[in-house]
Amino acid sequence: MHELGVVTHVIRTLEEVAQENDVTKIGSVTLTVGEVSGIVTEQIIDCWNWFKKKTPLVCEAELKIEPVPAVTWCTACEQTYETVKYGKTCPHCGSKETYLLQGSEFAIKEIEAE
Amino acid sequence: MKVIEVGRAGTDANDRDADLLRRELKEKDLFLINLMSAAGSGKTTLLSRTITDLRGKASIGVMEADLASDVDAAAIEALGAASIQVHTGGCCHMDAVMTREALEAFDAGEARILFLENVGNLLCPAEYDTGAHLKVMILSLPEGDDKPLKYPLMFRESDALVITKMDAAPYFDFDLEAAKRRAKALNPKIEIFPVSAKTGEGMEAWENWLLTAWERWREDA
Repeated sequence: MHELGVVTHVIRTLEEVAQENDVTKIGSVTLTVGEVSGIVTEQIIDCWNWFKKKTPLVCEAELKIEPVPAVTWCTACEQTYETVKYGKTCPHCGSKETYLLQGSEFAIKEIEAE
Repeated sequence: MKVIEVGRAGTDANDRDADLLRRELKEKDLFLINLMSAAGSGKTTLLSRTITDLRGKASIGVMEADLASDVDAAAIEALGAASIQVHTGGCCHMDAVMTREALEAFDAGEARILFLENVGNLLCPAEYDTGAHLKVMILSLPEGDDKPLKYPLMFRESDALVITKMDAAPYFDFDLEAAKRRAKALNPKIEIFPVSAKTGEGMEAWENWLLTAWERWREDA
Protein backbone atom coordinates (compact mmCIF):
# COMPACT_ATOMS: atom_id res chain seq x y z
CA MET A 1 0.00 0.00 0.00
CA HIS A 2 1.70 3.12 -1.28
CA GLU A 3 -0.47 5.64 0.58
CA LEU A 4 0.34 4.38 4.05
CA GLY A 5 4.04 4.96 3.51
CA VAL A 6 3.24 8.40 2.10
CA VAL A 7 1.24 9.29 5.23
CA THR A 8 4.09 8.31 7.53
CA HIS A 9 6.43 10.60 5.56
CA VAL A 10 3.97 13.48 5.72
CA ILE A 11 3.53 13.09 9.48
CA ARG A 12 7.29 13.10 10.02
CA THR A 13 7.60 16.33 8.06
CA LEU A 14 4.70 17.81 10.06
CA GLU A 15 6.46 16.96 13.32
CA GLU A 16 9.45 18.98 12.14
CA VAL A 17 7.26 21.88 11.05
CA ALA A 18 5.48 21.82 14.43
CA GLN A 19 8.76 21.96 16.31
CA GLU A 20 10.02 24.87 14.21
CA ASN A 21 6.80 26.82 14.83
CA ASP A 22 6.13 25.86 18.47
CA VAL A 23 2.94 24.08 17.56
CA THR A 24 1.60 21.27 19.76
CA LYS A 25 -1.68 20.51 18.03
CA ILE A 26 -2.55 20.61 14.34
CA GLY A 27 -6.19 21.23 13.38
CA SER A 28 -5.96 20.59 9.67
CA VAL A 29 -3.45 19.74 6.97
CA THR A 30 -3.80 20.73 3.32
CA LEU A 31 -2.05 18.62 0.70
CA THR A 32 -1.78 19.45 -2.98
CA VAL A 33 -2.17 16.24 -4.95
CA GLY A 34 -1.58 16.10 -8.69
CA GLU A 35 -3.97 14.09 -10.81
CA VAL A 36 -1.13 11.83 -12.02
CA SER A 37 0.94 11.86 -8.82
CA GLY A 38 0.00 8.25 -8.19
CA ILE A 39 -1.78 9.18 -4.95
CA VAL A 40 -5.32 7.88 -4.58
CA THR A 41 -7.28 10.51 -2.63
CA GLU A 42 -9.74 8.13 -0.95
CA GLN A 43 -6.94 5.85 0.13
CA ILE A 44 -4.74 8.56 1.53
CA ILE A 45 -7.66 9.90 3.59
CA ASP A 46 -8.37 6.40 4.94
CA CYS A 47 -4.70 5.88 5.80
CA TRP A 48 -4.56 9.32 7.39
CA ASN A 49 -7.59 8.69 9.60
CA TRP A 50 -6.15 5.41 10.73
CA PHE A 51 -2.57 6.52 11.26
CA LYS A 52 -3.19 9.95 12.82
CA LYS A 53 -4.49 8.34 16.03
CA LYS A 54 -0.97 7.14 16.75
CA THR A 55 0.49 10.66 16.72
CA PRO A 56 -0.72 13.16 19.38
CA LEU A 57 0.27 16.14 17.22
CA VAL A 58 -2.19 15.26 14.44
CA CYS A 59 -4.67 12.95 16.20
CA GLU A 60 -7.53 15.41 15.68
CA ALA A 61 -6.35 16.91 12.39
CA GLU A 62 -8.53 16.89 9.34
CA LEU A 63 -6.85 16.11 6.01
CA LYS A 64 -7.81 18.42 3.15
CA ILE A 65 -6.87 17.61 -0.42
CA GLU A 66 -6.39 20.24 -3.11
CA PRO A 67 -6.40 18.40 -6.45
CA VAL A 68 -4.17 19.66 -9.27
CA PRO A 69 -5.38 18.68 -12.76
CA ALA A 70 -2.82 17.10 -15.08
CA VAL A 71 -2.00 19.23 -18.13
CA THR A 72 0.34 18.29 -20.97
CA TRP A 73 2.16 20.65 -23.35
CA CYS A 74 2.66 19.76 -26.99
CA THR A 75 5.98 21.05 -28.34
CA ALA A 76 4.86 20.54 -31.95
CA CYS A 77 1.70 22.67 -32.01
CA GLU A 78 2.39 24.58 -28.78
CA GLN A 79 -0.95 23.93 -27.14
CA THR A 80 -1.99 22.29 -23.89
CA TYR A 81 -4.43 19.43 -23.36
CA GLU A 82 -5.86 17.19 -20.61
CA THR A 83 -3.28 14.51 -19.83
CA VAL A 84 -5.62 11.88 -18.42
CA LYS A 85 -7.96 12.01 -21.40
CA TYR A 86 -5.36 11.92 -24.18
CA GLY A 87 -2.17 10.53 -22.62
CA LYS A 88 1.06 11.11 -24.51
CA THR A 89 -0.48 11.89 -27.92
CA CYS A 90 -1.57 15.46 -28.62
CA PRO A 91 -5.29 15.57 -29.58
CA HIS A 92 -4.72 18.78 -31.61
CA CYS A 93 -1.99 17.58 -33.98
CA GLY A 94 -1.24 13.92 -33.17
CA SER A 95 2.35 14.59 -32.09
CA LYS A 96 3.96 12.49 -29.36
CA GLU A 97 6.52 15.19 -28.59
CA THR A 98 4.69 16.25 -25.48
CA TYR A 99 5.51 16.69 -21.80
CA LEU A 100 3.69 17.06 -18.53
CA LEU A 101 3.29 20.66 -17.36
CA GLN A 102 1.54 19.95 -14.06
CA GLY A 103 -0.20 17.13 -12.26
CA SER A 104 2.64 15.13 -10.73
CA GLU A 105 2.95 17.27 -7.59
CA PHE A 106 2.54 16.01 -4.08
CA ALA A 107 3.20 18.60 -1.38
CA ILE A 108 2.18 19.79 2.04
CA LYS A 109 0.72 23.23 1.35
CA GLU A 110 -0.30 24.49 4.78
CA ILE A 111 -1.49 23.56 8.24
CA GLU A 112 -3.91 25.11 10.69
CA ALA A 113 -2.55 25.03 14.21
CA GLU A 114 -3.07 26.24 17.73
CA MET B 1 -6.19 28.62 14.90
CA LYS B 2 -3.49 30.10 12.71
CA VAL B 3 -2.48 29.05 9.26
CA ILE B 4 1.15 28.11 8.70
CA GLU B 5 2.41 27.92 5.14
CA VAL B 6 4.46 24.75 4.79
CA GLY B 7 5.23 24.45 1.09
CA ARG B 8 7.32 21.31 1.40
CA ALA B 9 7.33 18.21 -0.73
CA GLY B 10 5.56 15.21 0.73
CA THR B 11 8.94 13.45 0.68
CA ASP B 12 10.79 16.27 2.48
CA ALA B 13 11.67 14.38 5.70
CA ASN B 14 12.85 11.41 3.67
CA ASP B 15 15.04 13.59 1.44
CA ARG B 16 16.95 14.85 4.46
CA ASP B 17 17.34 11.38 5.96
CA ALA B 18 18.70 10.25 2.62
CA ASP B 19 21.30 13.05 2.47
CA LEU B 20 22.51 12.17 5.96
CA LEU B 21 22.77 8.48 5.13
CA ARG B 22 24.68 9.28 1.92
CA ARG B 23 27.29 11.23 3.90
CA GLU B 24 27.62 8.50 6.54
CA LEU B 25 28.15 5.85 3.88
CA LYS B 26 30.86 7.99 2.31
CA GLU B 27 32.71 8.05 5.65
CA LYS B 28 32.46 4.25 5.78
CA ASP B 29 33.68 3.98 2.18
CA LEU B 30 30.53 2.17 1.10
CA PHE B 31 29.28 3.02 -2.40
CA LEU B 32 25.53 2.44 -2.53
CA ILE B 33 23.65 1.97 -5.80
CA ASN B 34 19.86 2.03 -5.96
CA LEU B 35 18.88 -0.50 -8.63
CA MET B 36 15.32 -0.07 -9.83
CA SER B 37 13.20 -1.95 -12.33
CA ALA B 38 9.97 -3.79 -12.92
CA ALA B 39 9.51 -7.28 -11.53
CA GLY B 40 11.15 -9.97 -13.63
CA SER B 41 13.48 -7.62 -15.52
CA GLY B 42 16.58 -9.64 -14.70
CA LYS B 43 18.06 -7.64 -11.79
CA THR B 44 19.41 -10.67 -9.98
CA THR B 45 20.79 -12.23 -13.18
CA LEU B 46 22.53 -8.96 -14.12
CA LEU B 47 24.04 -8.64 -10.64
CA SER B 48 25.15 -12.27 -10.55
CA ARG B 49 27.04 -11.83 -13.81
CA THR B 50 28.48 -8.46 -12.74
CA ILE B 51 29.70 -9.91 -9.41
CA THR B 52 31.39 -12.80 -11.20
CA ASP B 53 32.96 -10.63 -13.94
CA LEU B 54 34.34 -8.08 -11.48
CA ARG B 55 35.83 -10.58 -9.07
CA GLY B 56 39.28 -9.29 -8.10
CA LYS B 57 38.43 -5.75 -9.21
CA ALA B 58 35.55 -4.91 -6.91
CA SER B 59 33.86 -6.66 -4.04
CA ILE B 60 30.10 -6.32 -4.36
CA GLY B 61 27.35 -6.86 -1.80
CA VAL B 62 23.64 -6.96 -2.47
CA MET B 63 20.61 -5.93 -0.44
CA GLU B 64 17.49 -7.48 -1.92
CA ALA B 65 14.31 -5.63 -1.10
CA ASP B 66 11.16 -7.56 -1.67
CA LEU B 67 7.68 -7.85 -0.29
CA ALA B 68 8.48 -11.34 1.02
CA SER B 69 10.64 -14.43 0.22
CA ASP B 70 14.42 -14.81 0.03
CA VAL B 71 15.00 -16.53 -3.30
CA ASP B 72 17.05 -13.63 -4.74
CA ALA B 73 19.39 -13.37 -1.75
CA ALA B 74 20.04 -17.09 -1.89
CA ALA B 75 21.06 -16.80 -5.55
CA ILE B 76 23.57 -14.02 -4.73
CA GLU B 77 24.98 -15.88 -1.74
CA ALA B 78 25.59 -18.91 -3.93
CA LEU B 79 28.22 -16.73 -5.67
CA GLY B 80 29.97 -16.09 -2.37
CA ALA B 81 28.90 -12.44 -2.23
CA ALA B 82 27.48 -10.77 0.87
CA SER B 83 23.75 -10.36 0.69
CA ILE B 84 20.74 -9.59 2.82
CA GLN B 85 17.05 -9.98 2.12
CA VAL B 86 15.00 -7.00 3.19
CA HIS B 87 11.28 -7.50 3.55
CA THR B 88 9.37 -4.31 3.08
CA GLY B 89 6.29 -5.82 4.69
CA GLY B 90 4.14 -5.16 1.66
CA CYS B 91 5.45 -1.63 1.04
CA CYS B 92 6.06 -0.89 -2.62
CA HIS B 93 9.35 1.03 -2.35
CA MET B 94 12.42 1.48 -0.16
CA ASP B 95 12.94 4.80 1.61
CA ALA B 96 15.94 6.15 3.49
CA VAL B 97 14.85 4.88 6.91
CA MET B 98 14.27 1.38 5.59
CA THR B 99 17.63 1.45 3.80
CA ARG B 100 19.39 2.54 6.99
CA GLU B 101 17.76 -0.29 8.94
CA ALA B 102 18.78 -2.79 6.27
CA LEU B 103 22.36 -1.50 6.32
CA GLU B 104 22.53 -1.81 10.10
CA ALA B 105 21.48 -5.45 9.89
CA PHE B 106 23.82 -6.17 6.98
CA ASP B 107 27.28 -7.64 7.36
CA ALA B 108 28.89 -6.22 4.24
CA GLY B 109 32.22 -7.91 4.98
CA GLU B 110 34.76 -6.81 2.41
CA ALA B 111 32.16 -5.47 0.00
CA ARG B 112 32.73 -1.82 -0.94
CA ILE B 113 30.05 -1.55 -3.60
CA LEU B 114 26.53 -2.27 -2.38
CA PHE B 115 23.59 -2.73 -4.67
CA LEU B 116 20.17 -2.08 -3.22
CA GLU B 117 17.74 -4.08 -5.33
CA ASN B 118 14.64 -2.00 -4.90
CA VAL B 119 11.12 -3.46 -5.02
CA GLY B 120 10.15 -4.50 -8.56
CA ASN B 121 8.10 -1.49 -9.60
CA LEU B 122 8.76 1.42 -12.00
CA LEU B 123 6.64 3.96 -10.13
CA CYS B 124 7.29 4.99 -6.54
CA PRO B 125 10.87 3.72 -6.10
CA ALA B 126 11.74 6.69 -8.33
CA GLU B 127 10.14 9.12 -5.89
CA TYR B 128 11.92 8.03 -2.72
CA ASP B 129 15.57 8.85 -2.20
CA THR B 130 17.20 5.89 -0.45
CA GLY B 131 20.50 7.63 0.29
CA ALA B 132 22.21 5.90 -2.63
CA HIS B 133 25.12 7.57 -4.47
CA LEU B 134 24.01 6.29 -7.84
CA LYS B 135 20.68 5.32 -9.37
CA VAL B 136 20.55 2.67 -12.04
CA MET B 137 17.43 1.38 -13.71
CA ILE B 138 16.85 -1.73 -15.75
CA LEU B 139 14.51 -2.07 -18.67
CA SER B 140 14.28 -5.58 -20.05
CA LEU B 141 13.74 -5.96 -23.75
CA PRO B 142 10.40 -7.84 -23.51
CA GLU B 143 8.91 -4.90 -21.55
CA GLY B 144 8.93 -2.82 -24.72
CA ASP B 145 10.58 0.34 -26.03
CA ASP B 146 7.64 2.54 -24.97
CA LYS B 147 8.40 2.38 -21.23
CA PRO B 148 10.14 5.80 -21.10
CA LEU B 149 6.83 7.27 -22.25
CA LYS B 150 4.86 5.46 -19.55
CA TYR B 151 7.19 5.86 -16.57
CA PRO B 152 9.03 9.11 -17.25
CA LEU B 153 10.08 9.87 -13.66
CA MET B 154 12.24 6.78 -13.31
CA PHE B 155 14.10 7.56 -16.55
CA ARG B 156 14.54 11.16 -15.45
CA GLU B 157 15.97 10.17 -12.07
CA SER B 158 18.41 7.48 -13.15
CA ASP B 159 22.13 7.90 -13.87
CA ALA B 160 22.21 4.81 -16.03
CA LEU B 161 19.78 2.60 -17.92
CA VAL B 162 20.71 -1.03 -18.48
CA ILE B 163 18.64 -2.69 -21.18
CA THR B 164 18.72 -6.40 -20.36
CA LYS B 165 17.86 -9.60 -22.23
CA MET B 166 19.30 -8.34 -25.53
CA ASP B 167 19.75 -11.99 -26.57
CA ALA B 168 15.95 -12.15 -26.90
CA ALA B 169 15.95 -9.37 -29.57
CA PRO B 170 15.08 -11.69 -32.50
CA TYR B 171 11.79 -12.62 -30.82
CA PHE B 172 10.48 -9.18 -29.91
CA ASP B 173 9.66 -6.00 -31.79
CA PHE B 174 11.86 -3.92 -29.55
CA ASP B 175 13.21 -0.80 -31.26
CA LEU B 176 16.50 -0.15 -29.44
CA GLU B 177 17.09 3.21 -31.12
CA ALA B 178 13.57 4.38 -30.22
CA ALA B 179 14.07 3.31 -26.59
CA LYS B 180 17.39 5.18 -26.43
CA ARG B 181 15.93 8.28 -28.06
CA ARG B 182 12.96 8.34 -25.67
CA ALA B 183 15.16 7.86 -22.60
CA LYS B 184 17.58 10.58 -23.74
CA ALA B 185 14.71 12.97 -24.42
CA LEU B 186 13.70 12.66 -20.78
CA ASN B 187 17.23 12.66 -19.42
CA PRO B 188 20.04 13.74 -21.75
CA LYS B 189 22.69 12.66 -19.21
CA ILE B 190 21.50 9.07 -18.83
CA GLU B 191 24.08 6.42 -19.83
CA ILE B 192 22.53 3.51 -21.73
CA PHE B 193 23.91 -0.03 -21.79
CA PRO B 194 22.20 -2.74 -23.86
CA VAL B 195 23.38 -6.05 -22.40
CA SER B 196 22.75 -9.76 -22.19
CA ALA B 197 23.87 -11.27 -18.90
CA LYS B 198 23.34 -14.64 -20.57
CA THR B 199 25.72 -14.23 -23.53
CA GLY B 200 27.87 -11.50 -22.00
CA GLU B 201 27.05 -9.02 -24.80
CA GLY B 202 27.57 -5.43 -23.66
CA MET B 203 28.54 -6.43 -20.12
CA GLU B 204 32.02 -4.98 -20.33
CA ALA B 205 30.82 -1.47 -21.15
CA TRP B 206 28.39 -1.53 -18.21
CA GLU B 207 30.99 -2.91 -15.81
CA ASN B 208 33.64 -0.41 -16.89
CA TRP B 209 31.20 2.44 -16.40
CA LEU B 210 30.38 1.12 -12.94
CA LEU B 211 34.06 0.89 -11.97
CA THR B 212 34.73 4.39 -13.29
CA ALA B 213 31.77 5.83 -11.39
CA TRP B 214 32.99 4.14 -8.23
CA GLU B 215 36.57 5.40 -8.66
CA ARG B 216 35.35 8.91 -9.29
CA TRP B 217 33.19 8.77 -6.15
CA ARG B 218 36.15 7.54 -4.09
CA GLU B 219 38.38 10.36 -5.30
CA ASP B 220 35.68 12.90 -4.59
CA ALA B 221 36.28 14.33 -1.12
